[in-house]
Amino acid sequence: MNDMRKIERDAKMAETKITARNVNVFYGETHAIRDVNVDIADKTVTAFIGPSGCGKSTFLRCINRMNDTIDICRVTGDIQLDGTDIYATSVDPVQLRAQVGMVFQKPNPFPKSIYDNVAYGPRIHGLARTKSDMDEIVERALRRGAIWDEVKDRLDQPGTGLSGGQQQRLCIARAVATEPEVLLMDEPCSALDPIATAQVEELIDELRQDYSVVIVTHSMQQAARVSQKTAFFHLGHLVEFNDTDEIFTNPKDPRTESYITGRIG
Amino acid sequence: MNEKHIVSSFDRDLESIQATVMKMGGLVEQALVDAAKALKTRDIGLAEAVRKGDKIVDELDRSIKTDAARLLALRSPTAGDLRTVLSVMEIASHLERCGDYAKNLAKRTVAMAGSGEIAGTITALGRMSAFVEAMVRDSLDSYIQRDTKKALEIIERDLEADQIYNNLFRSLLTHMMEDHRNIAVGMHLHFIAKNIERVGDHATGIAEQTLYLVTGELPDDDRPKEDRTSVALQDSDD
Repeated sequence: MNDMRKIERDAKMAETKITARNVNVFYGETHAIRDVNVDIADKTVTAFIGPSGCGKSTFLRCINRMNDTIDICRVTGDIQLDGTDIYATSVDPVQLRAQVGMVFQKPNPFPKSIYDNVAYGPRIHGLARTKSDMDEIVERALRRGAIWDEVKDRLDQPGTGLSGGQQQRLCIARAVATEPEVLLMDEPCSALDPIATAQVEELIDELRQDYSVVIVTHSMQQAARVSQKTAFFHLGHLVEFNDTDEIFTNPKDPRTESYITGRIG
Repeated sequence: MNEKHIVSSFDRDLESIQATVMKMGGLVEQALVDAAKALKTRDIGLAEAVRKGDKIVDELDRSIKTDAARLLALRSPTAGDLRTVLSVMEIASHLERCGDYAKNLAKRTVAMAGSGEIAGTITALGRMSAFVEAMVRDSLDSYIQRDTKKALEIIERDLEADQIYNNLFRSLLTHMMEDHRNIAVGMHLHFIAKNIERVGDHATGIAEQTLYLVTGELPDDDRPKEDRTSVALQDSDD
């Protein structure tokens, strides 16, 4: 196959960033994730797909311990980031979330200026000593968020005044401001129009140069467009995990085939 | 995959495009049978009918390509659905070529009307065309039944078609070398033989699409070939 993207994909298949072994998640009595084992590569976009309630978002939220905030949620098994157990008692979840950034479905900028939206994380993590350090961090983050040119003249205006697509890119800039290693995205484009979606997808492809990106999406076409690896979840099981090309042209599990061809919801 | 799509019109589109390719296959099989019969019985009327009939085959090919493009654009098929659409397009191209060969056979039948014949070759050509026509029929059956075993058998059978062609080639060459008055009709008969042999290759191509549809992989292109006539003249010089 002469697909340049495929060649590019193969060349970039980097080492493992996140290792999950026998992960189970319970919400009270509900067994939401069942024995999931997966290796997520660095500098790669990994997509989680599956019908609603299959556990893909739940699993995503395990990776930066967002489920800790839910009282009835219990996580068992082992998740390692660069060989370190992220559920070890010595790990500070706040510190972890600076390493593993997250972008949500609905753009949720703070009701603050564009500048402060981005500066917030670096400030609480003490990443900048001087004002000019902070200016640099903010500019770099906004550039990585592919929104710098659109907002550089109005950094003092509220982030909530931007368009939906701009807000989402601001949130991505905010997430990368703390220099994370992993970026989790939970349906980052589902509230955006097609143009804004394309811009965010282009951005995701650029972010892959520096980060391990994990994206949950309901749009299978989006998973096909942006990811190099795809994981299909169904009823809490990780049914199939493979190269995105393989998943969409020749899936091995009949459940995967049924889902991606539109036979089961 | 027996499950139905949630969007039922998707199923109808996929079924319709496969039904059209099967219809096209039926017409091509009949054209091959008729063309061979016209050659054997020197039936000019039947030969003309075959020539005219190829227009319908060409139209079906175009209609399949248009439907396939629309299906790709509107439904974004994946996995088995994607392979169905891609394989149907390939098969339509193979069948369109087979239709052209049947038409060419009919044309040459008309051109040879009134000339003499070379003993035994018409009978041999009839056998050969029946052989490859069965290959086309079975390859389409293997496709619609998703039968990889049958598809592999057809790929094997192409060897035999190649061998029949080799023998015919030698025999025609001998006749033409013996008596140059045989050359005009000998050339026509040779092109007919070569075209029939090509139909066998297209049947093999269809069988390969069955394998692709079912397994997601095309077989390697190193299948054994028995058509050695491309080097036959060098051989005789040695």
